[in-house]
Amino acid sequence: MLAMDYRGPYRVRLSQKPMPRIEHPQDAVVRVTRSCICGSDLHLYHGMVPDTRVGMTFGHEFCGIVEQVGSAVETVKPGDHVLVPFNIACGRCHFCQQGLFGNCHESNAQATAVGGIFGYSHTAGGYDGGQAEYVRVPYADVGPMVIPDWMDPDDAVLLTDVVPTGYQAAEMAGIQPGDTVVVFGAGPVGIMAARCAWLFGAGRVIVFDMHDYRLDFVRRYAPAEVYNFKEVDDVVVFMKKTTDGLGADVCIDAVGGDAKGNFLQWLTGSKLKLQAGSAIPLHWAINSVKKGGVVSVVGVYGPTGNMVPIGNVVNKGITIRANQASVKRLLPRLIDHVRKGHIDPKAMITHRLPLDAVADAYRMFADKLDGCIKPVLVPHG
Amino acid sequence: MADDTTPRAAVALAKTRSPHLVDPATIPGWGVDADRDNDPTYPMRDQSRDVGLTRDWDRPAGQMPDVEILQSIEHVRRPAVVGTSSPPSGVSGMMRRAAFRWSESNWLHWLLLLGADRVNVVEGVVEDLAQARIPNIPAETGIRAQIAFNKRGLAKKTVVTAGIAALAVGLIATRRGRGEGASDNVA
Repeated sequence: MLAMDYRGPYRVRLSQKPMPRIEHPQDAVVRVTRSCICGSDLHLYHGMVPDTRVGMTFGHEFCGIVEQVGSAVETVKPGDHVLVPFNIACGRCHFCQQGLFGNCHESNAQATAVGGIFGYSHTAGGYDGGQAEYVRVPYADVGPMVIPDWMDPDDAVLLTDVVPTGYQAAEMAGIQPGDTVVVFGAGPVGIMAARCAWLFGAGRVIVFDMHDYRLDFVRRYAPAEVYNFKEVDDVVVFMKKTTDGLGADVCIDAVGGDAKGNFLQWLTGSKLKLQAGSAIPLHWAINSVKKGGVVSVVGVYGPTGNMVPIGNVVNKGITIRANQASVKRLLPRLIDHVRKGHIDPKAMITHRLPLDAVADAYRMFADKLDGCIKPVLVPHG
Repeated sequence: MADDTTPRAAVALAKTRSPHLVDPATIPGWGVDADRDNDPTYPMRDQSRDVGLTRDWDRPAGQMPDVEILQSIEHVRRPAVVGTSSPPSGVSGMMRRAAFRWSESNWLHWLLLLGADRVNVVEGVVEDLAQARIPNIPAETGIRAQIAFNKRGLAKKTVVTAGIAALAVGLIATRRGRGEGASDNVA
C-alpha cells in the first residue's frame, strides 16, 4: 500500500509499505477515506519530537472504512465508515475508567506520560498513522465510532482531533459567563477554541496570531476580536490595557512548541532544541491572564522542559490546566453540536489533496502558503 | 462526625496499598474540610470513578509483537498493545536502546533519542542508496508547493543557502591554503 514516509526533518515522501495486519484480537484494519495534517504533525515534521524514526507514517486525524477486524472486536464490522479518535485507548485501565482516554496506560510502551497516538513518534507508542491507504487501529471497540448517516465525512474527520482539542481547551479553561478569553494561535485548534469559548458563555473572545489570513478567518468564523502580534509592541501590555489593567480571565495556548514572536525562545526552542519547543504563547498567557485566572494549554510541547515564568504563576495564583484531548469522552457532545449547527468543522478545510501530494501538503501547511488553514489528504479520491 | 468521615476514610484507605498506611481515625480532624466541589480536575477526570490502585483491572490480552519494543523503565509492565512501526536498528537503534536505560525524567534519555533521530536520517539516506535509489530531496521537501506559492521565499532561501555554502567553501579553502603554506615553511 502507499503511505506517507518520514525521511527526516522537513522531508517526507510517499512510499510503498507492507499492508497493516491484525496484530491483536482487538485490532481493526481501516481503509482511509480522509486524513488531515494537524498542526502538531508539524512538530514531528520539524524534528522536534524525540524518537521520531525514519520510515514512520504520520497522521492521527483520519476516518475510513473498516476492512478487517480481530477476533475480539464486537462493535464495528467490515464496511462501517468510522471516525477514529487520535487517542489509542483500552477503555479499561485506571485512567480510561476516569475518562482520561488521552492518558491510557495500556497503549504506549515507550512513555508513561501520554497514551498511544496514531503516527506520533515512538514517544507516543510507535504506531503508524493514517496518512496512508490503510492503517491498523488497535482497541477497535473503544475508539472508533460509526459516522452517523446525516454527518458529512469532512465534519467527521475533524471530530477525531482538532474539534475536541479546541473544545477541551475551552472546557479546561472553566469559562464563566461574561469572561474575557484570549486564544494564542489562529490555527485550526485555536480557531475551534475561540468558537467553543462562546459555547461556554464567554463575553469577549480575543485571538492573537501573526498571519492575517488566519486572523481574518477566525474573525468571521468564531467570531473573535483579532490582533496580529507583530503589529503590537508588547502583547502583555496590550492585554492589560484592553482589560482595564486586570488581564484576561482565561488564556488559551493553542500553538505549542512551534511558536514565533520572541527571538530567544525561537532560537533555543525551535532551532537549537535546548527547550522542548519555544514556549512563547505559554509565556504570554501566564503574564496576560489576570491574578487568579486560568491558563489552558493544548499546544503540544516536547517532553523535556521549557523556559516559562513559573514565579509569576505562583505570585498571580494562576491555575494551569492541560491535557491531550479525551476524544471519546467528548464525542457525544460534539456530535450534538454539529447536528444542531453550533459548530461547523468542515468550514476550516481549505485544501483537499491526493495522498501523493503529501510532501507539498506538508510544505504548504508548514509555511502557511496559499491561505492554507486545514489540508485534508484523500487517499482513495 | 464519625458517621460522616468513616465512609470517606474507608474510601481513602481503599485507594492505596501503601505499607505505610495510617488509620485516619487516629488523626484529629481528618477530612473535616474535604469538599467534593473543590475539584480542579473536573471534567478532565471523573473522580467518582477513581477507585485508587487498580492493578487488577480487566487487562486486555497482551499483544505478542514480532519486532523489538523498547520500554520506558517507568512502566511496571508492558502495556497490552504496542506499536510496531519502525523497530530500532543500526547505530540509531543502539543509541535508542541506551536511552531507555534512563527514565523519562532524565534529560539524557531524551537527548540520546534526539541524537538517534539525527543519525537515523543519515541511515535513511544510506538505505536509499543501498537500494540504488537516490532520494529526491527537493521533492521530499515540497518544492512544488514552494514553486507554486512561494517563488520569492524559495529564491531568497536558495540565495542564502548558496551564500552560506560559498562562504563555508571559501573558508575551508583559505584554511587549507594557510595549512599548506605553513607546512611549506616548515619544510
